[in-house]
Amino acid sequence: MDFEALLSCFSSPSCVITQTTGGLISGMLLFLVAAGLSLIFGTLKVVNFMHGSLYMLGAYFAYTVYALSGNYALAVAGAALGVGLFALIFERLLMSRVYGSDVLLQLLVCYGVILILDDAVKIIWGAQFLSMGMPPAFQRPPLFIAGGVLPVFYLFLIVITLLVAAGLGFLIAGTRIGKIVRAAAINPTMTSALGINTAVVFGGVFALGGLLAGLAGALAVPVRSLVSGMGFSILIESFIVTVIGGMGSVAGALVGALLIGLVRSFGTIGFPLFTDGLMFLFMTAVLIVRPSGLFGKEG
Amino acid sequence: MFDTKGTIRQRRNFIKAAGALTGAAGLGVPFISRAQNKPIRIGVPTILSGRVAQLGISSRNAISMEAEKFNAAGGLGGRKIEIITRDSKGKPDEAANNTRQLINSEGCEIIISAESSAGAFAVQEVIRELKVLCIHTNSETSSLSADPKIRVPTAFRTARQGIHDAIVSASYAGSVAKAKGLKTWMSCSPDYAYGRDNTSLFLEYLKRFHPEVELVGEAWPKLFQPDYTENITKILQAKPQALYSALWAGDLVSFVDQASIYGLFMQTSLFAINMADYTTLTAVKNLPAGIHSATRYIKTFPASSDNAAWADSYKAEYGDYPTNWSWENALAVGFLVSAMRKTKSTDATKLAGALRGMKIKSPFGADGTITMRAEDQTTIGYALGWGMTIPKEPYVPNVTPGDWKTILEYETEWKKKMGYA
Repeated sequence: MDFEALLSCFSSPSCVITQTTGGLISGMLLFLVAAGLSLIFGTLKVVNFMHGSLYMLGAYFAYTVYALSGNYALAVAGAALGVGLFALIFERLLMSRVYGSDVLLQLLVCYGVILILDDAVKIIWGAQFLSMGMPPAFQRPPLFIAGGVLPVFYLFLIVITLLVAAGLGFLIAGTRIGKIVRAAAINPTMTSALGINTAVVFGGVFALGGLLAGLAGALAVPVRSLVSGMGFSILIESFIVTVIGGMGSVAGALVGALLIGLVRSFGTIGFPLFTDGLMFLFMTAVLIVRPSGLFGKEG
Repeated sequence: MFDTKGTIRQRRNFIKAAGALTGAAGLGVPFISRAQNKPIRIGVPTILSGRVAQLGISSRNAISMEAEKFNAAGGLGGRKIEIITRDSKGKPDEAANNTRQLINSEGCEIIISAESSAGAFAVQEVIRELKVLCIHTNSETSSLSADPKIRVPTAFRTARQGIHDAIVSASYAGSVAKAKGLKTWMSCSPDYAYGRDNTSLFLEYLKRFHPEVELVGEAWPKLFQPDYTENITKILQAKPQALYSALWAGDLVSFVDQASIYGLFMQTSLFAINMADYTTLTAVKNLPAGIHSATRYIKTFPASSDNAAWADSYKAEYGDYPTNWSWENALAVGFLVSAMRKTKSTDATKLAGALRGMKIKSPFGADGTITMRAEDQTTIGYALGWGMTIPKEPYVPNVTPGDWKTILEYETEWKKKMGYA
């Protein structure tokens, strides 16, 4: 523990700005993955254990589209839509068959697909790690704000993610589609009896969750190396975010992700050897105070 | 008691043996050559899946390439090498089980342990029990061969050693630090045994070579961490003049990519021991100029035609340039072939006797030769060097070679300090 360094950081505007923006950046990608995870759980009541693999697929799809076209915007769009489509196919062919089944069976199906996808990635893209590199548009010096440092690419990432968060919030809370999704989440039988095809709703939600994970993978690929199995570490952190924010709450996912980002960012200064532990400690503290998570519904 | 079944079995065995003898008498030479042509089975436990699969594959490639040369030259009196590989997935228990199976079930007479340190120590205990000849090719942890309590009479090592690297690294970094006035240092290495050992040894010797150096902070990201933002911002706050890192492979690539967009390398000189390996150098798309690195493996160091030819033939065969693990495994086959030719045997005790103190010609030697030191059964004299990287071939144009006289002097002192000598 290094309280002196932590206090010194809090008393320095440049340190506060750099660490805060650093925390927001880490949190933003986590949010995109956790939001999809939370959305799927909230509506379908299943935990998608292969959500990290969708993030991995997004990264590889973006890498490939960028290699072929040299256009990063196209790579991001292609990866998000491609993974959304893959998630829809996965939901229709496999996951929909185990709704209402024992959670162990759902886990088994997801784990099987994780192994297949990891091996498929090795066969298609090779066992070696890959790196896409920073698109030329973002190869520029970082911005300096009150002594703090903010890379241009990360500013883009924050803006895109906030737009996605706002769009998602509007979709769920302010549109007819959102009402149908919420209705299907609360009572699928009644929703179905009212003439709404819940299979389409469930497939659509799963595809949207996949699209968000794919988008996260595509946004991460300029700064993170790609390797088969890369989805596992982000899955663990996404679960922590989902638990902190409340299972099923997109707003909770956003707050949880940003809090985890900030805890890690300032934790690395004050508790350099306990950053991971701090994250779990924070989750434990939240669960003690609010067992259903910050935005979760009681009971 | 009279055992009817046993008697029948004995009779059948007798008839089989008689038949074989009759056949041998009739055919003569073919019977003898069948015995002589029994392949020399070499078992290779290694990592063929997961994050470091690429390195395991490059180990297997190098072993196969060298074995094919031996076989093409006639083998050992007609006996050809047959390689049997097993995937440990980087898990020590699987490395040990695979080694046991390779020896007991597959009949392997020799083991090339192409495992990382975690697996190598598990393999070492199997070798202690089964007394087969073994060469560790990838474990850099010095104690594997330096510590007499861990050492095994039939186990050798052709991998580079951590202590050798630490001395050369600190010597190079110390001289650059003196020349450029780099006094404040920080480290950012993976938080597990290799990262901690490597970094603490480097910093210890850096202080020896340049006592004015001051350590202003440490960052310990976990192994395979995808996001280094928190570590990078911490380094930015500490504003060190130089940064040492033992990150490797994809982790190092991610760190460099993420640190570059923060402009970290505009204010801080990076000394990354694992950068100058082809898999890493070719993966970084926006490699910043001026990163200092040890030469893990590049075809231009040692600057000999033999080394370049070996790298080119590997690339022609497998499509990629060799890795650090490739040369270490090729060297193991080089030593094995020399020992088998010298003893005309695959017997573990005879081979071990021949290997102790053996000096062979090698494209990877600092002076064209490498010696298997008798006292601790590990290699010395291999090429070690540091230099500044550029983003295209030859990647490290000017290498400062490590001085083996200095390495051995400091290593002896280290061994005494550790109670190994």
